[in-house]
Amino acid sequence: MYDDTEISREIANRFNLERRDFLKFCAAMAATMGLPKGAEAEIATAITAKERPSVIWLHFQECTGCTESMLRAEHPTIEKLILEIISLDYHETLFAAAGHQVEAAREAAMKKNWGKYVLVVEGAIPIKDNGIYCKIGGKTALELVKECAEGAAAVIAIGSCASWGGMPSTPPNPTGSTGVPEILAPKPVVTIPGCPPNPYNFLSTVVHFLTFGALPAIDDKGRPKFAYSRLIHENCERRAHFDAGRFALEFGDEGHRKGYCLYKLGCKGPETYANCPAILFNDVGSGSWPVGTGHPCIGCTEKHIGFEKPIHALAELQNQRPPLGYARVVEEQGAGASIGAIATVAAVGGLAIGAGAKLVGNLGKSENDQDSGKQG
Amino acid sequence: MTITRRNFLRSAAGGTAAAAACATLAPSSAQARDTKPIPENAVGLLYDATLCIGCKACMSACKEVNNLPPENNVGENLWDTPLELSGYTYNIIKIYQNGTMEHKDKAENGFAHIKRSCLHCGDPSCVSACPTSAMTKDGNTGIVGYNKDACIGCRYCVAACPFGVPQFQYDTPTPQIAKCQLCRHRMPEGKYAACAESCPTGATIFGTYKALSEEIDRRKAMTPGQPNLFPRRTPESGDTHEKAAAEYVDHVYGQKEVGGTQVRYLSGVAFDKLALPVGLPDRSYAADSETLQHSLYGGMVLPGVALAGLVAAAWRGSRDHRDEDDQDIFDQHGGQK
Amino acid sequence: MVNHPIPSEVARRLQKPKAGHAAIGGDLIGPVTIVLALLIGIALFFLAQRFIYGLGAVTNINNGYPWGIWVVWDVVIATGFACGGYAMALMCYVLNKGEFHHLVRPALTASLFGYSLGGLSVLLDLGRYWNFWHILWPGYAQPGSVMFEVAACISCYILVLWIEFSPAFLEHFGFKNLKAKLSKVMFAFIGLGVLLPTMHQSSLGSLLVVFGYQIHPLWQTPLLPLLFLLTAVCMGFAVVILEATLAAVGFKRDIHDELPMLSKIGKIIMGIIVAYLVIRIGDLVVRGAIFTVFTSGIKSVMFLIEMAVFIYPVVVLSKPSNRKQLSKLLAAAMSMLTGAVLYRIDAFLVAYDTGPGWHYFPSAPEMMVTIGVASIEVLAYIIFVRKFPVLPGHPTSSTAAE
Repeated sequence: MYDDTEISREIANRFNLERRDFLKFCAAMAATMGLPKGAEAEIATAITAKERPSVIWLHFQECTGCTESMLRAEHPTIEKLILEIISLDYHETLFAAAGHQVEAAREAAMKKNWGKYVLVVEGAIPIKDNGIYCKIGGKTALELVKECAEGAAAVIAIGSCASWGGMPSTPPNPTGSTGVPEILAPKPVVTIPGCPPNPYNFLSTVVHFLTFGALPAIDDKGRPKFAYSRLIHENCERRAHFDAGRFALEFGDEGHRKGYCLYKLGCKGPETYANCPAILFNDVGSGSWPVGTGHPCIGCTEKHIGFEKPIHALAELQNQRPPLGYARVVEEQGAGASIGAIATVAAVGGLAIGAGAKLVGNLGKSENDQDSGKQG
Repeated sequence: MTITRRNFLRSAAGGTAAAAACATLAPSSAQARDTKPIPENAVGLLYDATLCIGCKACMSACKEVNNLPPENNVGENLWDTPLELSGYTYNIIKIYQNGTMEHKDKAENGFAHIKRSCLHCGDPSCVSACPTSAMTKDGNTGIVGYNKDACIGCRYCVAACPFGVPQFQYDTPTPQIAKCQLCRHRMPEGKYAACAESCPTGATIFGTYKALSEEIDRRKAMTPGQPNLFPRRTPESGDTHEKAAAEYVDHVYGQKEVGGTQVRYLSGVAFDKLALPVGLPDRSYAADSETLQHSLYGGMVLPGVALAGLVAAAWRGSRDHRDEDDQDIFDQHGGQK
Repeated sequence: MVNHPIPSEVARRLQKPKAGHAAIGGDLIGPVTIVLALLIGIALFFLAQRFIYGLGAVTNINNGYPWGIWVVWDVVIATGFACGGYAMALMCYVLNKGEFHHLVRPALTASLFGYSLGGLSVLLDLGRYWNFWHILWPGYAQPGSVMFEVAACISCYILVLWIEFSPAFLEHFGFKNLKAKLSKVMFAFIGLGVLLPTMHQSSLGSLLVVFGYQIHPLWQTPLLPLLFLLTAVCMGFAVVILEATLAAVGFKRDIHDELPMLSKIGKIIMGIIVAYLVIRIGDLVVRGAIFTVFTSGIKSVMFLIEMAVFIYPVVVLSKPSNRKQLSKLLAAAMSMLTGAVLYRIDAFLVAYDTGPGWHYFPSAPEMMVTIGVASIEVLAYIIFVRKFPVLPGHPTSSTAAE
């Protein structure tokens, strides 16, 4: 438990927020990460009490969409919270400074927080021809990322480009765009794929790190399981249409207007892992994600699907967690013996056997009587 | 000539031995009925389980074109949830699941689908069993059709079908048998099986038996993992999509089973795991049953001979008897006039 | 006629059919008939439900087990019980064993009701019963179907049975000339009356051949018609012993005169069962199915029970002194009938397996209908036997009080 009045004053001063709104934010963080009840209190404590971690944010082959997505997080004054929870010590888009000045600032921050800062990478890293296709301040992206990763406490690759190469890596991939995990291997890298990813996936990961001093559970591709362990197909609001065989065949046709499943239009939901249908985008309510607006999912989080497989090619089903009532190859059918039935059989059978036995017995007895000469 | 007990038992033993010999040897005699072949112009379906994604568009389409009501097995009555073929479901997609269910079309730790509907056998047991010609096989297309106006609801077809296809409606006082008839009622309009028409991946395609045989050979020749074009709706529709070929089990279900069926399956999972009967003989059960019947009753020869003998014996017996009332099986006066 | 009981020794030596049949009279309303009437009433209630709501409302049959006890008991087993007339006609009129004469009428009466009710039971079980006539109508009837042959044969046989009984009604209603003419050609109907059951009782077994693998190898064989026929004939003989005993005990009559005939029947039963067992087990060995006898779970258990109740009568009846005791004859007959009943239940239901996941056990209402149908038969038999000269006896000495 923490001291209410302390926190309230702290929150009011630092964030210019009502305590209720602040706690709402912490609860939202906890919910997104699927943390148990009570975690929001821990998060609140951590945010208000601990020192803000230093974050170095690198940009390479990217469109800045991931940053833009972050800035669109719509909870009240969230940009303030983002900028107040962490200490953003290097960010090309948001910084006023430029050129050698900002590079110097980066190196100073790195030196000051060596071993404790969080490295965030946005954008893919070209490796062809020694990586000359992306250079900042005379250094190639390849060199930069290796240099900055050395002193990082954690490395987070935000967006599909940083996670596995993303759009720049579309075949024939002329610059050899590669994801961060491949370049820094075997150093563990958390990846938040998506184009762009939902900002709360990234934010929750950072808050988790801040609160618990450790990264959330990740899968074999480095993706946090709380966001990337389920297929889109498993949470899609149009799943019932898929299960009932109702498909949109063309954009604008009757099925499309009725909101039918987009599988036949090439929706990659069945082979894409992400939580888009669960948390949506932009905090503007239901339907605010691609399928919800009527466009098939393009599988932007998945390597070899997003930006490689044709948008209208049919998805391959990854695994089936069918709904209740999906017929299995063997279903138990038919009624076994009820109590009444068994009783009837027992009664009839018992009667028949009993009467038969009695009859035979009586006859036997009268035969014995006969033989002993009682009847003549 | 009196027939003593000894003679009777001897002749009875000889007679039954002869009958038994006839019954068992008959299949090898010239009278034996062979399994009927698939007709020349037969049509059918090819269902490729490796293409099937379990979307059940085929089930929806089938219910729509046949005016069938949805079934509710989960208590929510939100959409059609049959668990088996039934009096109101002619076509069902079922799921096979094992372990972690990660790998499609693999038996271990995998999942797969199977479509169950009438296989339109070349020599159907149901057609042989039906006593009132309600089940018939079209001589040209080979489609096994059902006519409720002829049906007496005896359910012999339900019991006889080796694949458990015909379904009876137990919940109504005016029941009928339910089974896929390959949308033969749509064929005058130039349409074909609705399941094939609606399948988004071409897992079910409709065509002539010959065209489908060629398609089967083409698929079996594919290298697993190599991308290939797969047709949708019919083999020659031109509406194709590209997909990596799967690893098929080396068996085409329905190619030989009980003499061959017009609906055949390809799969990546062994068919017995998909709860289909396997190890069925190449000879149809209809051939076995009708061979037995023909041997015993063909041309009513044996019954005629037996009747002649019995009537002769009864007549001779009636002449030998002195009591009049013996022929009056039901004599009011008890033999006293 | 004086009502002296003839010494059994003398009766036996006479070897002549005793004169006459007699109605046994007596009150129709008694504890037995009241109970039967009640059972019939219950059955009618459930039958009403069946016709209003469908078969599923009363029975537990389903598409994995489309045939339940209404087919297996009411038709297959009940017609087997009704083979008494067949067996007696064979003995008396074809093989000319005059001494069995007085057992013919009661056996034929039971057959008449057994088969007529068997035919009625078919109508109760058919889903689209209003089309029942299709099975005999050209254009609909499909001769390749075993069921067609069974239905055609049973229909003809029911007709033959009623024709065989018609002289009584013809006489009662004064058609003496017609009766005389019919008597002259009756032998032809008698011949039919032996051929037809031979055909359809064997075909009841042939019904199962088309089921192929769905019938377990312990029961599925091309010899099914032969095995069903043997057991049916044997049932006919056993039922005669049962009926004779029940009539004697139930109506408090003397059975001594009939005992010698029943003894002979006992020997015949033994012979038929031996033939049946040899063929049945020989067939299992030849087909290699014998190895599944102990490895088939519940099917093994049922098979062994079946064998036991078939073997017991052979053991009992093999001793000539046993064949002279009614108690032993009855025990053997009941065991034989149990075996035949079990054989049919096993072949049609226990051995039938259409795939995993399907279960069937008759529901209580379903069983009450079967019990009710059987009660109709028993009640009708009792009424007939009390009112008309069916059972052997002196016409004037109606032994039970009037």
